[in-house]
This record gives sequence, structure tokens and C-alpha cells, in this order.
Amino acid sequence: MTDKLVDAFTRALLDVDRLAAKQIVQNRGHDTSPVKFAEDVVLPALERIGAGWQAGTLALSQVYMAGRICEDLIDQILPPEDPDRKNQPKMAICILSDHHKLGKIMVCSLLRASGFDLADYGVMEVDDLVEQVQKDNIDILLISVLMLPSALKIKTVKQKLAHLGCDVKLIVGGAPFRFDDRLWKTVGADAMCRDASDAVSVIENMMKGMV
Amino acid sequence: MNQKSVTSMQRVLTTLGHREPDRVPVFFLFTLHGAKEVGLPIKTYFSDPDNVVEGQMRLLAKYRHDCIYSFFYAPVEIAAFGGEVIFTDDGPPNSGEPVIKTTGDIKNLAVPDVKNTPCLEMVLTATQRLKERVKDAVPIIGVVMSPFSLPVMQMGFDRYFDLMLEKPDLFAHLMKVNQAFCVEWANAQLAAGATAICYFDPISSTTITTREMYLKTGFTIAGQTLAKINGPTATHMASGRCLPIIDDIAATGTAAVGVSCHEDMALIKSVCRGKLSVIGNLNGIEMCRWSSEDAENHVKEVIAKAGAGGGFILSDNHGEIPFQVPDDVLMAISEAVHTWGRYPLDWTAGK
Ligand code: B12
Repeated sequence: MTDKLVDAFTRALLDVDRLAAKQIVQNRGHDTSPVKFAEDVVLPALERIGAGWQAGTLALSQVYMAGRICEDLIDQILPPEDPDRKNQPKMAICILSDHHKLGKIMVCSLLRASGFDLADYGVMEVDDLVEQVQKDNIDILLISVLMLPSALKIKTVKQKLAHLGCDVKLIVGGAPFRFDDRLWKTVGADAMCRDASDAVSVIENMMKGMV
Repeated sequence: MNQKSVTSMQRVLTTLGHREPDRVPVFFLFTLHGAKEVGLPIKTYFSDPDNVVEGQMRLLAKYRHDCIYSFFYAPVEIAAFGGEVIFTDDGPPNSGEPVIKTTGDIKNLAVPDVKNTPCLEMVLTATQRLKERVKDAVPIIGVVMSPFSLPVMQMGFDRYFDLMLEKPDLFAHLMKVNQAFCVEWANAQLAAGATAICYFDPISSTTITTREMYLKTGFTIAGQTLAKINGPTATHMASGRCLPIIDDIAATGTAAVGVSCHEDMALIKSVCRGKLSVIGNLNGIEMCRWSSEDAENHVKEVIAKAGAGGGFILSDNHGEIPFQVPDDVLMAISEAVHTWGRYPLDWTAGK
């Protein structure tokens, strides 16, 4: 049953058919909570689309539109402040030293559509970022970059956080990491995602390690 | 052919004619390494065309490759539209805040006057002086952003997707302005001495848009634009994928295509053979940590897959070598091409 729903929902997203997607959300059973629906249907659909992009069979325009539609739909049934979203590590996302926002926008859409909440720091330079993360007591920091020099700066972020004794996990993503699959280790990250939809499983694995 | 008497220009023209020259031509698409060669910070380097001339000439002598790259950086076009360019010490400059903030900005967008825009004039001056230096012996590759790819820098990627997917009329207007600019900018570079124009169009790549979308947008725009450019062009996907649209790209009238390291070069070559030359596809980002041996192996692999029959120029997969790539890796690539790229490629038999 869920499989068929995921198929239909994926189709609606790829066809940019907001109405069909909305109907699937509205027709979910009364016993299906918004969070459960996000986990069982929305996320698997977005993960499929993300996997299609990684494999080269789908385009970024499709991934982007799918994320946007889902974020809108989920915001309607699961508002950002909903207590259901609360049982999570403290997370923040930023773009490091770079001016390219799309990667971060897509990750935010996806996490919100999957029932997560996170602080959005926008564009940050190393020192401000480190200070903010320490102040907010962040458990998981997500960093998006597009340029190689920005990716290389993550190493300094990691070192400065470690120096301050901040126990924060770093998840990184963006084009340079898709071109060199060792780069995330070189910069000292804890994990790398090739696509926005990879983030959820990585976060969930980290959460298991945190309890 | 006797190797001594063959110029880079002859080598490149032969391969573009889908015949085998004396050896595989190699294009090091250097922008930032010129600054290293002349010992200047990146921003200072790009502030005077003579620095770029000197940088390119030194790189040509040092790495014995087959082109001059008169490209400064992509946001030079954004500066022409009145936008900001942000420099860093260890990488390419980036465009700053979008120049198009509202739909009204699109309606009022004026085509920059290529001949009276200082940042573009610098590129034209560099091109002219490079031409005086190399004459017809080495091809000079000029660069334009495609009208279809430029808006990412003009307005931000998310807002451009929204425009492309949801506001066809405004999108068409923006394309008209960008096309007029692109044609004028390309032709000014050709008039200044560029041999060919590299048309950067990664938004057309299937990494970014679907083929269906491409046929309605990037494809038509490329066809119209390239037809008005008074010289040969190569289309570059800037490391985005393009296998499903190769035939379409060929139909836009371009002579060559720059392909991603995420493509299978043997497959690409098999679909391009005889109709499109292939440029590529070494991974510039990974190159930062290659050993000399890695470099040689990658060169051998790509030559074995794509070298036979000509129609192939060895290069990186993006159209720019990252600043962090060490000189010894570049030297190893150059040496490997000079060793393993000699035609006929007998050593590849059976591979
Ligand atoms: C389209 C494109 C262009 C276009 C538009 C660029 C833009 N966005 O502004 C144009 C032609 C204008 C262009 C120009 C340039 N480009 Co360009 N371009 C590309 C291309 C093909 C796609 C870039 C893009 O925006 N993708 C969309 C984003 C959203 O994709 P993404 O970062 O991969 O993000 C996805 C995942 O990685 C993930 N993700 C991202 N962040 C995060 C974070 C977390 C936490 C998680 C979980 C996931 C995640 O989610 C996203 C969606 O699933 C890439 C190569 C490629 N194949 O990817 C090169 C690339 C980005 N360009 C590059 C460069 C260098 C440039 C220039 C500087 C060249 C120059 N010298 O002028 C200019 C600068 C442009 C500027 N804005 O100032 C390099 C950057 C790396 C480097 N060498 O430093 C790349 C990677 C090419 C390469 N292989 O080297 N480019």
C-alpha cells in the first residue's frame, strides 16, 4: 500500500502536479500523523528522486521543484513550530564563505518536508560560524559549499570547534564533494551527502549514536 | 606529420576535422595559474591585461600545451551588467548579490555596451595582445556564458528556476537581452583575435535540466545564438552531464563539446564520432590530490577511450583548473600527453 502511495506521490512530484500531490496528502488515513506521513511517503519519494539525480536519470530542476512542493505541503499539515518536530538534535545549516544558496535551500526544504526543524544561519564566515555554533549549543551542523576554497575552509571550522571543546557533528555537501569522494574526510567532516535527500538517513544514524 | 613542423593550430584544426594529427592536442584551461606564474595576487593579476598576457605566455611555454585561454572569470559578464565581483586569494572570483532582484529589473535590463565597458575591454585588450604574440600558431579560446546559463548569476539559482519553470514571458524577455549581449560579446572577442568561442552552457546539461526542458529552452537559444557568432564555437557543460542530448547539441551548430568526468568517455566518443569533437574530461577537483602516476594513468585512460580517429582534445572536465592543483601534477599530465598521445595510438590496441 505504502509503496503504491510512494509511487503515486513521486509521479505527482516529477509531473510538477501540485494538485495530485496535495490530494495524496489530504487523503491519508486519519490514523496517519503528519510526521508518519512525511517519514513513510514524502521522504521515500524525495529519496528516490535524489537517487535518480545521482544516477544521472533525473535533473536538478526536478529535484528542486519536488522539494519545494513537499515543503509547502508539509508546512500546511505540520507547522514549523509543531511540538511533533521537537524530538530532535539541535541542528543548524549554513553556506560557508560562498554566495551560492541553492544547495542550502534544497536541504532545508527536504529536512522540513521530512518533519525536521533546523536553524538557518545563511552565509557565514569561519569565525562567526564557530561562535554561533558554540552559543547555540548545536549538536549537528550542516554546511553547504559550491566552491572548492570554501570546502577547504571547513577544516578550519572543525579545528576551531574542536579547540573550544564543542562536540558537534559536521555534515557537509555541495558540488566539490561530488567530484572528490575523499574530500569530506580531508576537511574533517563526520559525513558527506551527495544529494539533499541523503541527509535524513545520515542524521538518523548520528542520532542513534548520540543516545 | 613531422612533429616539429606542426603548430598547435594545425594540430587542433586536424582533430576538429575528425582526423588524427601528430598527437592528441591538450588544452590546459588555465585562469588562476597565470597569477601564480607572474607572482601576483589573483585580484591584482586580473586588474591589468598585460599580466594575463604574460601569465598565459609563460604557461604556454612551461606546459607545452595547445591553446591560449583569454577567459578571466565568469562574473566579468555580471560586472558588465552592473553587478559585483567578489575576489578571494585562493580561488576564482564569484558574483555577488544578484543584479536582478524584481521582475521589474528584468523588464528594465539593458544590454551592456561591450565596447564601452571597462571590465570587458580588459579581456579584449588581453586577447588582442595575445594574438600579437602567438599569431596563427596557437588557437586563442575566448569565452561567453550562454544566455540560458547567465541568469543563475544575474538573479540566483532558485529564482531562476522559478522564472524558467513558471514565468515564460519574462523568461523569454531575459533571454532576448542575454542573447543580444552574448552575440556582441562573442563577436568582439573574435574581432580582437580569438580563434574560437567556448560557449559555457551547464544549465542545458542533463544534470540541471531535463531534455524535454532543454529542447524548449537551452537548445533553441543555443541554435539562434551560435548562428550569429562569426566564428567556430565549442559548447561546454562545465562538468554537467550531456550524454542524452549529444545529438541535440550537435544540431545547435557547435563544433565540439566539453564533457564531465561523470561520463563514460568511450560511450561519449561513440555517439560523437564524426559529428562533434570531444573535449575532456579530467577531474580538476580530484586532480588537487593526484600523484604523477595518477596523472599519467588518467591521461592514458582517456586517450585510450577517446583518442582514436581524432575529434578529441584532452582537457579538464570543467573549463578551468583549480588554483590548488600543484604544478608537478600539471607537468605530469603534459608529459603523459606528449608520450602517450602520439598518433597512431598503437599502444591502445586491444584496450
Ligand atoms: C551550473 C554551473 C555554473 C553556472 C551557474 C553557477 C552558480 N550556481 O552560480 C555558471 C555557468 C554561471 C557557472 C559559473 C562558475 N562556476 Co560553475 N558550475 C556549475 C555546475 C554545473 C552546477 C552548479 C550548481 O549550482 N549546482 C546546483 C547545486 C545545488 O548543486 P550542488 O552544490 O551539487 O548541491 C546538491 C548536492 O550536492 C547537495 N548538497 C549541497 N549542499 C549540501 C549540504 C548538505 C549539508 C547536504 C546534506 C547536501 C548538500 O544537495 C544539492 C541538491 O541535491 C557545477 C558542476 C556540477 N556538475 O555540479 C559547476 C561548478 C560549481 N562551477 C565551478 C566554478 C569554479 C565556477 C566559476 C567560479 C568559474 C569561473 N572561474 O568563473 C563560476 C562562478 C559563478 C559564480 N556564481 O560566481 C566549480 C566549483 C568548484 C571549484 N573548482 O572551485 C564547479 C563544481 C565545477 C567543477 N567541477 O569544478 N557555473
